[in-house]
Formats: sequence, structure tokens, C-alpha cells
Amino acid sequence: MPKSNNRIRIGLFVLAVFLIIGGILPFFSPYDPRSWNVVPRNLQPSAEHLFGTNNLGQDTFWLLTAAVRNSLLIGLVVAAFATIIGVMAGLTAGFLGGIPDRVITLIMDVFIVVPSLPILILMASLLQGRASIWMICLVLILFNWPWPARQVRSIALSMREREFINTARFSGSSTFKIITREILPYLFAWALANFVNTVLVAIATESGLAVIGLSSAEQTTLGSMIYWALQHQALLGARWWWIGTPVVAIVFLFVGLFLVTTGVSELSAERRGQQYA
Amino acid sequence: MHFVRFLASRLITYVLVIWIGVTIVFFVPRFLPSDPVEAMLGRVMSQGAYMQPEQVEAMRSTLTQAFGLEGTLFEQYLGFMQRIFLNGNFGPSLAMFPTPVNELIGRALPWTVGLLLNSTLIAWLVGNVVGLLVGYRPNRRLSKLLETIAIFVYPIPYYISALILIILFVHVTKIFPLSFNVRGAPGSFEWIGSAIYNSILPALSIVLVGFGWWVLSMKALSSGLKEEDFVYFAKLKGVSEGGIMRRYVLRNAMLPQITFLALQIGTIFNGALIAEILFGYPGLGTLTQTAVLQSDYNLLMGTITISIVAVATATLLVDILYPLFDPRVQHK
Repeated sequence: MPKSNNRIRIGLFVLAVFLIIGGILPFFSPYDPRSWNVVPRNLQPSAEHLFGTNNLGQDTFWLLTAAVRNSLLIGLVVAAFATIIGVMAGLTAGFLGGIPDRVITLIMDVFIVVPSLPILILMASLLQGRASIWMICLVLILFNWPWPARQVRSIALSMREREFINTARFSGSSTFKIITREILPYLFAWALANFVNTVLVAIATESGLAVIGLSSAEQTTLGSMIYWALQHQALLGARWWWIGTPVVAIVFLFVGLFLVTTGVSELSAERRGQQYA
Repeated sequence: MHFVRFLASRLITYVLVIWIGVTIVFFVPRFLPSDPVEAMLGRVMSQGAYMQPEQVEAMRSTLTQAFGLEGTLFEQYLGFMQRIFLNGNFGPSLAMFPTPVNELIGRALPWTVGLLLNSTLIAWLVGNVVGLLVGYRPNRRLSKLLETIAIFVYPIPYYISALILIILFVHVTKIFPLSFNVRGAPGSFEWIGSAIYNSILPALSIVLVGFGWWVLSMKALSSGLKEEDFVYFAKLKGVSEGGIMRRYVLRNAMLPQITFLALQIGTIFNGALIAEILFGYPGLGTLTQTAVLQSDYNLLMGTITISIVAVATATLLVDILYPLFDPRVQHK
């Protein structure tokens, strides 16, 4: 018990820091962090420029706040829709059974195997940088709902036979009521863990696309920060602050998300274990 | 009989995966507000080649034909499917004209397969052994250290581990070369040596992340399994610790790990594609990037389609091999 609590605590602390960086700080940016030559170029970190400035005359710190905001936004939107669609599809498949179950399972299996990145690359390269963040989100949702759906389906299959569901059914509850009153609360902790994990996957995929210069050219994300640093030879010029800032930010963000995911799922497993032991 | 049904259901999924994947690949360019023919024409003209309007028109119709964009949507679809499944031909590459796309892919694919096969296997084996030890002795200091490392390594995407390795081993300490450079005649010792030397960092970036995942999942499985009654029974029977670990816990935990492997192949492939590009590794990822940069439509369609087929095939292979490791599944 204390171990998973610790994980959640550290994870939540890291996430809180990122929420402040991405959710609040962008409003205080003294200038549009994307515009060029607003600050002197290639400065080392100082009190005025916390993470230094880059080759293009952008302040790395303010650029980071904008990047974190956009990356978090992508992650949250994709995770929200993918989890909702996944839970609904999984419940439908698990409870209806028969042909709907077979069809949904088949579609899930197919989308789990088809790799999303090549399709995103194809789409983004044909649009030549005109792909909006929302289009990328849409494709990410398309490829991320089957993971929760698969798991919810197996949970639903096992729960169909459970005592408390039968009790509810015999006491006259409708299937809809059983799902909303009895099953969704049961699924909640699990769905939360999956939600956080999908945030991670979505940010990772979009950033991957951005690192090779194929995400939206309009918006800055953690990945496109890395892309521009690579394009302007930040590595050869040993401008570590420029390339290092987004890399370190991604590492911290992902470890934080992961700690919350495993913490929540372990905590809920322990709770369930106690309840039914 | 059982095996035939199992195989049939896997094969049906396999065919469906490829069919749906290829169908998406077919429709994406046709539903996007972009025209690969105009993109290619624009690229040619921006390179300074002056052309008469008739020439432009002739080139436009040639390209439309070469890209398979003639006729109604249904005709195009049939033609596309025919080219892929019956002829297995993606036409000539336009950036490297007249080299066929098939030849370029044929050169890149062994590199990608070699990289992924070796690094995934190493990560799987090492990660599972370490995970078993960590799960079996969770309170040792070494176990805690290894688990913490795994927690910090696993959530990092491949391209980030690739970048960190590049920064540390290429730019800060100049141990590995800046660009991928294989010397010597193919097949010679010098060639093999330099190919391995150049592949160490790309492979390491994939192994590190994979290692984290297998350690964590194996730890969860084995710490649950060691509480099982049959393990307790084995202890009472006097089976040695090592014997219990190998024959009772490992045997049982291995199976879900093989299923996990099948599910992960797509994710591993996605990540490796970008890691390849960062290292300039001459595989499918870098070839895809070339196609994107040169707006080489045929090459792009070829690499994307092959990516989907490769991932589906690898998943199918792991699925079919699974019963070999599970003595409870009997094929009669």
C-alpha cells in the first residue's frame, strides 16, 4: 500500500509542475515564444533567460511553456476520447456477446496490429506541414481506443457472471442501470490508469512525428522543439540547453505519467484484493 | 483439428489487418486536400527546369498514370490492390529514377529486420531474466535498484533514448561515429565488423527501453506466481530455489510475456522507425524519410505498405509460435 501511494505522490507532483508550466505560465509569456529574434541569440542560462536562448532568438523557457501546453492538450484530448470510445466499445462487446462481440473484437485486433506511425507519416507528408493538430489527434484516437476496449471487454466478460451483477439484475435493474451504477464505478480506477497511459502514448506519438518534422508546422510541441534544435545543428554547436530542455522535459513528463498510471492501477488492485479477500 | 481452427482464425485476422491497413493507405492520399502529382511537378519546376505548357501537361498525365491515379475511385482501388497483392510491384522510384521501389525496399528491409530482431530478442531475454530475479527477491537492494532503473527507462520513447545516446556517445564523448558509415565489401569481415559497430547505438536505444518494460511486467507476473499453491507445494517437496524459479515460475510467466510481445510489435516498430532516422540507419525508417523529403509518392506508398505487412507478419509469427511454448495447448 505505501509503495503505490509513494509512486502516485511523486507522479502527481511531477504532473502538477507540468500543469503549471503548460497550463498557467503560457499566459505570462512576455512575447509570442514562437517569434524569432525577440531576444539575443545563443545566450547561456541566466536569471533573465532561465534555460538560455537559441539560435533563432527565442527564449527556451517560454518556448518550453508553449510546447508543454500543446503537448498536454494533445494528450488529454486523445486520451479522453480514446478512453470513452474504448470503454463503450468494450462494454458493448462484453455484454452483448455474439456477433457484435465478434465484429468489435476483430476491429480491435486489426487496429492494435496496424502500426499508426507509418499512416501518420503518410498523411502528414502529403499535407506538407499543413496537418492541423486536430487532424493528428483524430488519427491518434482512431489507433488508441482498441487498447482500453480490449481490456474492458475482458473485464466485462468476467463481470457478467459476478454475484453483485446478478443480484442487481434479479432486483429488477435494467442493463443500462447495471452498467452505469454497478460496473462503471468498478471500472473507474482502471479507466483512470488507462487514461493517463493514453496521454503518454499520444504525446509520445505526436512528438515522434514532430521530431522528424512532420507534425503541424503552426504549433510548437515538445517534439517540434527537438526538430528545430536538430535542424539548426544544436548538437554540433554543443548548444545543450536548446536540445536538452525538451529532451529532459519529455523524460520527466513521461516518468511522472507512468508513475501515476502504475500507482493508480496497483492501488485499485490492492483495494479490490482487500474487498474480496 | 484444434490447431487448424487456431491457425485459420489467425490467418483471417492477418489478411484482414493487411487489407484494412492497405485500404487506409489507399484512401489517405485521396481524401486529403493534396495532390501528389502537383507536388511532384512543383518540385521539378522549383529546381529550375523550364518546361513548355505542353511538356507540363504531358508530364502531368505521365505522373497521374505512374501514381495509379487514373480512372474512377473504384478502378484505382482495384488497380492498387492488384499492383500490391498480385504483382507486388510499387513502380519506379521517382527520386532515384529508374530504380524500382521494390529494389530500394529490398535493400532497406534486411537492415530493419536485423536491428529489430536482435534488439527485441536481447531486450526480451535480459529483461525477463532480470524481472524474474526482481520479482522473486523484491526486497534485495539490487532488485530495488534494477526496478527503479526500469521505471525510469520504460516510459521514455525510443527517439528520446536515441537522442540521449547520441548526445552522450557521439557528441560529448566521441566514441561512436557521427554518421552511419559501413566500410568494405558486403559480406567481408571488415563490413560485418563496421556494420555491427555502427548498429550498437541504434540497437542500444531500443534495448534500453524494451528492457524496462520486460523487467516491470515480468516482475508483476512472477511476484504473483510465487504466491501460488503449486509453488508452495514445490517448496514443501524440497525443490531448490533455482528449480522453483526456472521450472515453476518462469515457465508460467513466459507465456503472457510472449503474448505481450505479439501485442507490442507495432509499438516497437513505430519507435524504431524514428530512431533509425535519427541515427541515419539505412533501414525502412530512413528510406521513408527520403521518400517524404523528395515527395517520392511511389516510394512512400511502398515503404508504408511494407511497414504494415511487416508488422502484421511478425505478429502472426509470434502468435503461431506461442503454442510451442505452452504444453497445455496440444495440437492434434
